[in-house]
Amino acid sequence: MLQNYVPVLVLFVLAAGFAAVSVGAATITGPKRYNRAKRDAYECGIEPTPQPMGGGRFPIKFYLTAMLFIIFDIEIIFLYPWAVAFDQLGLFGLVEMVLFILTVFIAYAYVWRRGGLEWD
Amino acid sequence: MPTDIQAPSFDYAALSPMFIVFGAAVLGVLVEAFVPRRSRRRVQIVVSLAGLIGGLVAVVLLAGHSSLEAEGAIAIDGPTLFLQGTLCILGAASILLLSERSLDSSGGDIVTQAAVLPGSREDLQLSESQGIQTEVYPLALFSLGGMLLWPAANNLILSFIALEVLSLPLYLMAGLARRRRLLSQEAAVKYFLLGAFSSAFFLYGVALLYGYAGSVDLGDIFDATGRAGSNEVLLLLGLAMLAVGLLFKVGAVPFQAWTPDVYQGSPTAVTALMAACTKIAAFGALLRIFYVGFGRTEWDWRPMMWAIAIVTMVVGAVLAVTQTDVKRMLAYSSVAHTGFILVGVIAVNREGLSGTLFYLVAYGFTTLAAFAVVTLVRDSSGEATHLSSWAGLGQRSPLVAGVFAFFLLALAGIPLTSGFMAKFAVFQAATQGGATALVVVGVVASAVTAFFYARVIVLMFFQDPAPDGPTVAIPSAYTAATIALGLAVTLVLGILPQPVLDLADQAALFVR
Repeated sequence: MLQNYVPVLVLFVLAAGFAAVSVGAATITGPKRYNRAKRDAYECGIEPTPQPMGGGRFPIKFYLTAMLFIIFDIEIIFLYPWAVAFDQLGLFGLVEMVLFILTVFIAYAYVWRRGGLEWD
Repeated sequence: MPTDIQAPSFDYAALSPMFIVFGAAVLGVLVEAFVPRRSRRRVQIVVSLAGLIGGLVAVVLLAGHSSLEAEGAIAIDGPTLFLQGTLCILGAASILLLSERSLDSSGGDIVTQAAVLPGSREDLQLSESQGIQTEVYPLALFSLGGMLLWPAANNLILSFIALEVLSLPLYLMAGLARRRRLLSQEAAVKYFLLGAFSSAFFLYGVALLYGYAGSVDLGDIFDATGRAGSNEVLLLLGLAMLAVGLLFKVGAVPFQAWTPDVYQGSPTAVTALMAACTKIAAFGALLRIFYVGFGRTEWDWRPMMWAIAIVTMVVGAVLAVTQTDVKRMLAYSSVAHTGFILVGVIAVNREGLSGTLFYLVAYGFTTLAAFAVVTLVRDSSGEATHLSSWAGLGQRSPLVAGVFAFFLLALAGIPLTSGFMAKFAVFQAATQGGATALVVVGVVASAVTAFFYARVIVLMFFQDPAPDGPTVAIPSAYTAATIALGLAVTLVLGILPQPVLDLADQAALFVR
């Protein structure tokens, strides 16, 4: 039973070793020329700091787009296996999938009506 | 050659309470999208109340039903229906509380834009704006739908999904208070981080138990505990992890740290929903998982539960004594009550189950109504929750102070209130189940809780009010109806508890 996990363990050790070796090698051999951009935290999208005066607003466009993408993503995860086994699942599968997609569409209708799809 | 896949059989009628509430929540989202802003609030209230009352009617029609649905993933049986009915009524009451608009000068205790930075110029404008927020209705309904599903989940994966469905809207709603924005946002972040952490524990426990039993079905896990030669380590670790997730949601010590902060920071209507409904749903799930899945291995988990029940009762009662804020005091009192309910869970017999069900009803109504009273006492900056400002409330408003005193007496467990009958039921069951020592600790802890409840009553009636103290706002029919409902149930369950005790007794049988 536990022998089945030996390959997993080996892979884990290899992965950890590779990470340690490459980070270590880069630290030892790489040149160290720092500038301001290099010292910043790695972030994409908006700049987290400094905050605007008085803690004003920041755009949430990227965030909204990412959230919408997740909804699409989840929808596709369920659609793929259903499409593969569509003929075997029969009418029951079709009805369930239509219900699922309708429910997801309701989320889209909400986002669309509330202006979540407009960039500016 | 692929074979035909058998479609699972669903008895849609048996699942109808959950369908109705989730359907109302989805309808609520559509209302947000398509109904004009002017009439949105009215439509949302109607949709939410119709959904919850419809769910209650469906539960009543299903009374006596007992079966496993959806390939054994959902159990519709006595405890499920009993708790679902209770949750529908309490949910409707919290919707009424959320709808209250006449207490705050700007209308409603729910902020319109929760993401605005506290203390900024926008934030100051926001607290004076007359805008209202109606998304909170579908959020509450989604959360309540998850709560209906959780006690019914007979499968650990479904149990986890129900836990998330009920939790995610609550994290959001905790941050929606119109006043004291910083506290409210702090509450939301704390609740979210700790809640996500405990969900991870729960999920890890599910994975380990799958490793142990080869199934996430509670029935299969029960069968696996009867077989010799399985890996006990996986069982014990999985059980412990699962217990962490469940005990976090019921607010048992040592997983109670979030309770006072979240209860204090959230809008009081949301706190009422959390304190009453979440606890009922979480105890429903805890009862089903431990009684159905681990009924045979009770010697593995009873010692752990003993210790947790004792610490929960003692810590909840003692820390409540030192509180100076009404909402924090009620939060610690809810921790102590979690301990009392755990005493009923530990009995592991039919009396324990029916006693726990009765306790949950009694506790839910009293707590919800007590928080409803807290929304009434206000000064210029919103709710006056500091205990010192409640001094002399009995002279300013004898009615409100009297009603609150009655709820406190019920929570303390004074005879002729529901709290007494509930404590009697669980302690009796625990004595029969051989947990007499636990009952002794429970009685002592009850005495300590009675002390701090009585202290508030003394403060309200035997001290002079401060000259610039808070006033008691006149509520609209929404809050008044909620308080009246809580008052009626607390009184009736204290004087004539037999019908509900019988109902809980009949319901106390899990389907396997």
